[in-house]
Amino acid sequence: MAEKILIPLFGEDVAPRFDLATEVLIITGNQPEQASDEKIIVLPQASAEQLCHLILTEAIKTVICGGIEEEYYRYLVWKKVQVLDSIIGPWQKALARFQQKNLQPGDIVYHFEEPTDET
Amino acid sequence: MTGVGRWNHKAIDRVRVPIYHQDKENHTGAGFMAPMSRSRETACFRFDLKNERQPYIRNLSASPVIMQELIDEIPVGMFITDRTRRIMLINRTMEALTGFSRETVRGIPCCHVLRCSLCIKDCPVVNMDRDSEAVSRESDIINRDRQLIPVRVTSAVLKDQKNNLVGFLETVEDLRALRELNARMNQAFSFSRLIGRSPKMEKIYQILPILAQSDSSVLITGETGTGKDLVAEAIHQSSNRAKGPFVKINCGALPANLLESELFGHQKGAFTGATDNKPGRFRLAHNGTLFLTEIGDLPLALQVKLLTFLDDQVIFPLGSTRGFQANVRVIGGTHRNLERMVREGNFREDLLFRLNVVRIHLPPLREREGDFRLLADHFFRDLLSRFQKRIKGFSPKTLQILKRYPFPGNVRELRNIVEYAVNVCQSDMIELEHLPAYLFDSPAEMEAADTAPPERPAMFERQGRSERNGDAGETWSQVERELIMDAMRKAGGRRNEAAEILGWGRSTLWRKMKKLNLN
Repeated sequence: MAEKILIPLFGEDVAPRFDLATEVLIITGNQPEQASDEKIIVLPQASAEQLCHLILTEAIKTVICGGIEEEYYRYLVWKKVQVLDSIIGPWQKALARFQQKNLQPGDIVYHFEEPTDET
Repeated sequence: MTGVGRWNHKAIDRVRVPIYHQDKENHTGAGFMAPMSRSRETACFRFDLKNERQPYIRNLSASPVIMQELIDEIPVGMFITDRTRRIMLINRTMEALTGFSRETVRGIPCCHVLRCSLCIKDCPVVNMDRDSEAVSRESDIINRDRQLIPVRVTSAVLKDQKNNLVGFLETVEDLRALRELNARMNQAFSFSRLIGRSPKMEKIYQILPILAQSDSSVLITGETGTGKDLVAEAIHQSSNRAKGPFVKINCGALPANLLESELFGHQKGAFTGATDNKPGRFRLAHNGTLFLTEIGDLPLALQVKLLTFLDDQVIFPLGSTRGFQANVRVIGGTHRNLERMVREGNFREDLLFRLNVVRIHLPPLREREGDFRLLADHFFRDLLSRFQKRIKGFSPKTLQILKRYPFPGNVRELRNIVEYAVNVCQSDMIELEHLPAYLFDSPAEMEAADTAPPERPAMFERQGRSERNGDAGETWSQVERELIMDAMRKAGGRRNEAAEILGWGRSTLWRKMKKLNLN
């Protein structure tokens, strides 16, 4: 069975807050070369409890998110869901890194060009 | 400037620091930083664009100040972003608060680092332009340790010398300590300075915050020493009038003439000796609360005047024809039975009706199950630290005697007994010999010396036999037996219902019934 990944969204980025995300992306299939199925779910309101419920009912294996409260993190881990939290950056890059097995909790996948002059 | 080790408002009062942005070689300053607010609560800054930097800088330092070192010394989380809200600088406190290091977050949009609910719902910076004032809002953040932290975020714009918007400066204050303090103030077994966890007191704690939000007159009744003054103060402190004055006056302490002048004030020359205008307590309590303690002792003539005030909120000082519209919430307190006084003609019925909008009856200590030990320990700890004594506690025998004592003077008496014992005790434990001698007098003598406590009013009390006057000689077991029997009668013998009436758990009721042989 193809693995399911859930990413709370904030525009094109991984949502900074798990509990405040009103849009989530569910990706089925974990291989870059595999044709993966993507669907975006718009939640009626932001709620960490509802999101946890959705994760369990959708049988999500991995959650890639930004800030998440310890309570919900522990709950999901207890329910055997892999949680990669404190991820910062566009969701495509985060997903690509995950599919390359190169994504760790706390990773920042933003590309930022350093200014030439020092502040 | 690196010599400024601490963020001390006094030290930096006249200091302005240039802030350099990209063009460091030409020394094109983005502005100057100087404290805008000296309040302890908010540290925000303004960037002064007036061309005043030369004298300041010459006096301060010959070379540019290193911005990072400067902001690192500020004990409030702080970061600077560019116009697109990407982080440029972050101070040490902010690193500690968020858990992100400065090297990793440079160039990241601030919402991903701060992770504040404001960023997602209603970012205050989005609509800011160069003329915007600083905005301060309370919110919460989730840090890298997955902790939800209440914060106050203050956002301000940064401008260059040409008045162009160059970025934003945000400060983030951790409000955890403040919230904890507030929580401690209103613990489950206490409200303000009131302590107790008996069902009767819990009911009062539940109702007090609700009462505080209204402006209705309150009448607090209860035996002497039950804490009427504390309740009045707690209502004031929890109300919208908390920032206004809380004025207290004892209606039984002054003769009628003086009391009138004291309450309503007087005009210069109103009577012999009135050499100045006097504002009176009502006027002093304007926009606040006036607590009339021992209101049962208020003379009849003044009762009429108080009645007039309660009707139209206007006071007329003695000798004055001009009234003053006073915005005062009146709280009355008495240990007397006002209903009985009305029947005897010593208290105006109409005044009672006006005061009796909300009534709180404070139970005597003998009816506050479980509170005796809590209060005794509280006073013991308090007095121990005050008198710097090293006493471990009460001996079991002492506690037994104290538990059996009916405390006609209620909590005040308990406190006095504990204070006496802590003063007298020279050993490790408070023993029987450290208690006041009158505690060992025969119950008959104590009862004879005891004045009959007043009848209890209806509010927050259950009707029926258990509402009869508390007998000072009655033990707690007797009171408890009465309470249980009364509740069982009301519940028609159904224990579940009786337990609910008493506010106890089912098993507590069964245990107590077994203990009292009420099967």
